[in-house]
Amino acid sequence: MKKPSFNPFDLLSEEILFTILDCLEENPLDKKSFSLVCKSFYLVESRHRKTLKPLRSELLTCTLNRYPCITHLDLSLCPRVNDNSLSVVSGLCKSPLRSIDLSRSKFFSHVGLTSLALNCSSLVEIDLSNGTELTDFAAKAIAKAKNLEKLSLARCKRISDLGIGCIAVGCRKLRVISLKWCLSVSDLGVGLLAVKCKEIRSLDLSYVPITNKCLPFIFQLQYLEDLALIGCLGIDDEGLAAFKQKHPSLEVLNISHCQNVGHVGLSSLINGAENLRQLVLAYGSPVTLSLAEAFQKFSKLHSIKLNGCMVTCDGLNAIGNCCIPLRELSLSKCSGVTDEGLSFLLSKHRELKKLDITCCRKITHVSIDSITTSCTSLVSLRMESCSLVPKEAFILIGQRCYLLEELDLTDNKIDNEGLKFISRCSELSSLKIGICLNITDEGLTNIGMFCPKLIELDLYRSTGITDIGIAAIARGCHQLKMINVAYCKDITDNSLRSLSKCSRLNTLEIRGCPCISSVGLSAIAVGCKQLTRLDIKKCHDIDDVGMLSLAHFSQNLTQINLSYCSVTDVGLLALASISCLHCINLLHLRGLTANGLAAALLACGGLRKVKLHLSFKPLLAKSFLEHIETRGCVLQWRDKAFQADIDSKAWKLELEDMP
Amino acid sequence: MDLKGRRCSEAWPKSRLGNDSLKTLTLDLEPFNQFNSLQQNQKWNGPDNFDYGYRIATSYSEVNPLPAPLSSNPDNQIKTPSQVDKQTIEALISASKLQDWDPRTMLSNLSFLEQKIHQLQDLVHLIVGREGRAVGRPDEIEAQQQQLVTADLTSIIVQLISTAGSLLPSVKNTLAANPFVGQLGSSSGVGFPHILDANDAMQQDNGGSKVSDHSDQIEPPSNCRHEQNNGGQSNPLVSTIEEHDPKDEEDAGEGENLPPGSYEVLQLEKEEILAPHTHFCMICGKGFKRDANLRMHMRGHGDEYKTPAALAKPQKESNSEPMLIKRYSCPFAGCKRNKDHKKFQPLKTILCVKNHYKRTHCDKSYTCSRCNSKKFSVIADLKTHEKHCGRDKWLCSCGTTFSRKDKLFGHIALFQGHTPALPPEENKVSSGASDLGGSSEVTETTQVEPTGFNFSSGTSNVGSIQDDVDMKGNVDDPTGYFSPLNFDTCNFGGFHEFPRPPFEVSDSSFAFLLSGSCNYISKTGGASGSDALE
Repeated sequence: MKKPSFNPFDLLSEEILFTILDCLEENPLDKKSFSLVCKSFYLVESRHRKTLKPLRSELLTCTLNRYPCITHLDLSLCPRVNDNSLSVVSGLCKSPLRSIDLSRSKFFSHVGLTSLALNCSSLVEIDLSNGTELTDFAAKAIAKAKNLEKLSLARCKRISDLGIGCIAVGCRKLRVISLKWCLSVSDLGVGLLAVKCKEIRSLDLSYVPITNKCLPFIFQLQYLEDLALIGCLGIDDEGLAAFKQKHPSLEVLNISHCQNVGHVGLSSLINGAENLRQLVLAYGSPVTLSLAEAFQKFSKLHSIKLNGCMVTCDGLNAIGNCCIPLRELSLSKCSGVTDEGLSFLLSKHRELKKLDITCCRKITHVSIDSITTSCTSLVSLRMESCSLVPKEAFILIGQRCYLLEELDLTDNKIDNEGLKFISRCSELSSLKIGICLNITDEGLTNIGMFCPKLIELDLYRSTGITDIGIAAIARGCHQLKMINVAYCKDITDNSLRSLSKCSRLNTLEIRGCPCISSVGLSAIAVGCKQLTRLDIKKCHDIDDVGMLSLAHFSQNLTQINLSYCSVTDVGLLALASISCLHCINLLHLRGLTANGLAAALLACGGLRKVKLHLSFKPLLAKSFLEHIETRGCVLQWRDKAFQADIDSKAWKLELEDMP
Repeated sequence: MDLKGRRCSEAWPKSRLGNDSLKTLTLDLEPFNQFNSLQQNQKWNGPDNFDYGYRIATSYSEVNPLPAPLSSNPDNQIKTPSQVDKQTIEALISASKLQDWDPRTMLSNLSFLEQKIHQLQDLVHLIVGREGRAVGRPDEIEAQQQQLVTADLTSIIVQLISTAGSLLPSVKNTLAANPFVGQLGSSSGVGFPHILDANDAMQQDNGGSKVSDHSDQIEPPSNCRHEQNNGGQSNPLVSTIEEHDPKDEEDAGEGENLPPGSYEVLQLEKEEILAPHTHFCMICGKGFKRDANLRMHMRGHGDEYKTPAALAKPQKESNSEPMLIKRYSCPFAGCKRNKDHKKFQPLKTILCVKNHYKRTHCDKSYTCSRCNSKKFSVIADLKTHEKHCGRDKWLCSCGTTFSRKDKLFGHIALFQGHTPALPPEENKVSSGASDLGGSSEVTETTQVEPTGFNFSSGTSNVGSIQDDVDMKGNVDDPTGYFSPLNFDTCNFGGFHEFPRPPFEVSDSSFAFLLSGSCNYISKTGGASGSDALE
């Protein structure tokens, strides 16, 4: 350049630009636009960026060259990460890199992990979840990352005690480790881990085939705060009872699905874990008087989750007598919850913030009355399918619990009057009123008018809703991110037009709305740039036009369900140009041919999961399918018959007939 | 206790006869105690029989003929052990009944005394005879033998006095008898019949399984006997006997903590330890490992060796009960098993000595034919290793191999910096594993040392850790196996790092972390020693 022209942006210091960039976190496109302003902005942006979530591992070299200060690299969107990619990462990221997520990646081995561990010396976090192909050698490679503090090996089914032993010896600073579903690991590995890694804070041993033998070692971990033993059937009362040691650091304990742990083991545990805050006992032994009495000894217990347990009235009363007021209680799917027990319990725990009584089918108006009188500071109430609760009860909720932020009333008898009172909860951010056949636009309009903070709205199969109600929501709730109007048959393109004003919308489910066409979808595509998940299954009128506009405007789309639509090869090929699309359902697309499908699959390099009808399988060359699969895409073949639409009421009846 | 073991241990005193000569004739006092000690001796398994007689062969071969006439003369005044046993028992029974005066008991007691006195006489005769022969022997050995003879005499006298005391229907005696009865009842109701059975069986020389079955039950009476002695007598000699008996029962060589001086220390020369044969034919000079083989061999030298008496197992001497417990010292200077060492820990049996010496101070000349890398100095160790070689090899980064995974994990838990080594991959050996996967034992010593094994003694056996690990299964000699040097270093090296409590719950069955360490612990605990020997 001969004449350096004055650039007003030069006046802005890097610090200021960084501050501006800090505010642009929400939409990834904003940062892209920012970096395109000028060269200096481009440079500043590349220096500012700390986290990176690339879509293609092939481009890692240039991407990482552009961003030198990456500390967190999330490769979960890259379908294929091989050893070369990892050596590129380790060569370019070097010491700044502190965290890497390989939880959904495949095709790499211990070779890549070794270079990663050796070159990125300050790596403190590795997520290797779902590394079903990883072997002990991978574990040995990880063991070379001496500074590792967080490690997830969930579902690494081939890693055995030997690998865990290597990690235990190598990574002495480990604080958080998950061995969930590591089916080859046994007491030996876990015991050694506990002996060697004294710093462990959080330990997830869910579904690991361990027994009582390793418990003494686990409880000797001085700093252990969070312990998950879900589905460890080898652990029983005997093991826990034999164990008298104090473990004051323990705060969160999850022993769900451990049928062999009863009140004996629990009470011996309690004597040691005096600082326990959260206890999850889901799907365990029945909550009887003796078990619940054990709770009373926890002096700091705030949260109890008993999902799926058999609960007796005595048990509930005993929980009621806990000395410390609970903040969170979940009795979801507990059989045996009655008005009497629940009312007594709640009368003692007036501080309760979160209550889950999903599928407590015995409770009535009485319970709701006591909930609303006792727990006025309730923030979250989930009461899906409380079928005996009459519609009048919901008025009480609106009248008394106006701090509610989350409310799940799915499959209840609530009507417009109830919704009118519910709308008094001005803090409401999540409202689920699916399968509420008594509500109409009138009630929903109230919600739209008085609940401006609504983020999530579920109207699944609430067939009384039409465009008017949706329009009211779109007018009032600008924050809306998720809406589900599946099977609301009266919804038309007008609803989508009004929803296109909600610019933050990222999840739209309009499955089974026959009146919706490509016109409405195009409006959404134009208006809702952040749309990532879209379900248009059984919207028969949606065709290639809708796909073309999606391909053009919705560059953030990652998941789409197109089954039963009128989309043809053209639409699918257009869709394939969306770079971050990784999950697509293509069942019963009448206009789709094998060639079109093949072209689309080839064109869309980011695909990870495609659901296809089995009839396509013989039509596609085997080598082609292999190629697609080596790219990291899983093809799921389904053999479902074509389903005709069912009326909502008939559907409900069918549902109730089911056991 | 199997019959074989019994036989061996019976043979043992006989072979000592050449050495310590006449004390073995002092049969009667503690026949039962001897069974206790025999039980311990059961680890002296058949094949090692030669051990017991080796001294005869090497240095006192001229005395060899001596045992034969003694043993082959059943009509000798010296009672066979079983007879004496029976009588002793009868005496005991009668003693317990003495509250009412019974002339028959008195009579049996008197005849018992008579036998005793005869034995004493014989003993003195032999001493006299032997003194003549002993001229020219090294003074040291002579003094030692004299000491033993004296001890045996003492025991006879003590027994005489106690039996004599039981003849008096005094108050004192009934008092003394009562606890005996009580204990008898509690110890085993069927004890006596069994004992008698056992004795009968012994008289028939071979016994059969009964002997082994009941040998345990012979124990209680011996205890009773001593209580009785103690109660009835104020003789200081009695108490000296008492002193040793309980120790006889706890047979863990390591943990027994015998006070220095309470046992006799014998030290064999290197040549004696390593001698392949210990029984030599007096005619042709052929050597044998076992006395039985020698006897079979002797048949070829003439009909006089074919008589049942000549072929019979010399068993008479088995009754001898040494006064002092014998412990052994390793001739290797500086070894912890050497009596001059500050923390001397004696070896318990001659077999222990042999195994210890070979394992610790000898070249490992037996190489495993499978892996061609492991070497042993004791052939039994090799055989044990070969059983497991190549099967389920669990390997540590230090090169140590384990037959069981839990042992490996125990080892890793114990030592800093050791990691499990992975088996080499099928197609390609990973870069990380290649240096570990097939590591030879040669490198092992160099790898072990830097990880914190500071062997306290200059004569350390760096490589022995490895052997220890592999030998676990078969070790019949705890002393040789727990090399004292290793033990020390382990104590200082990894122990404090590993919390203790888990070990105490030995039943908690979290064996893997125990296993590596319990080898060392048992040294102090001393409880597992005998179990390991079964």
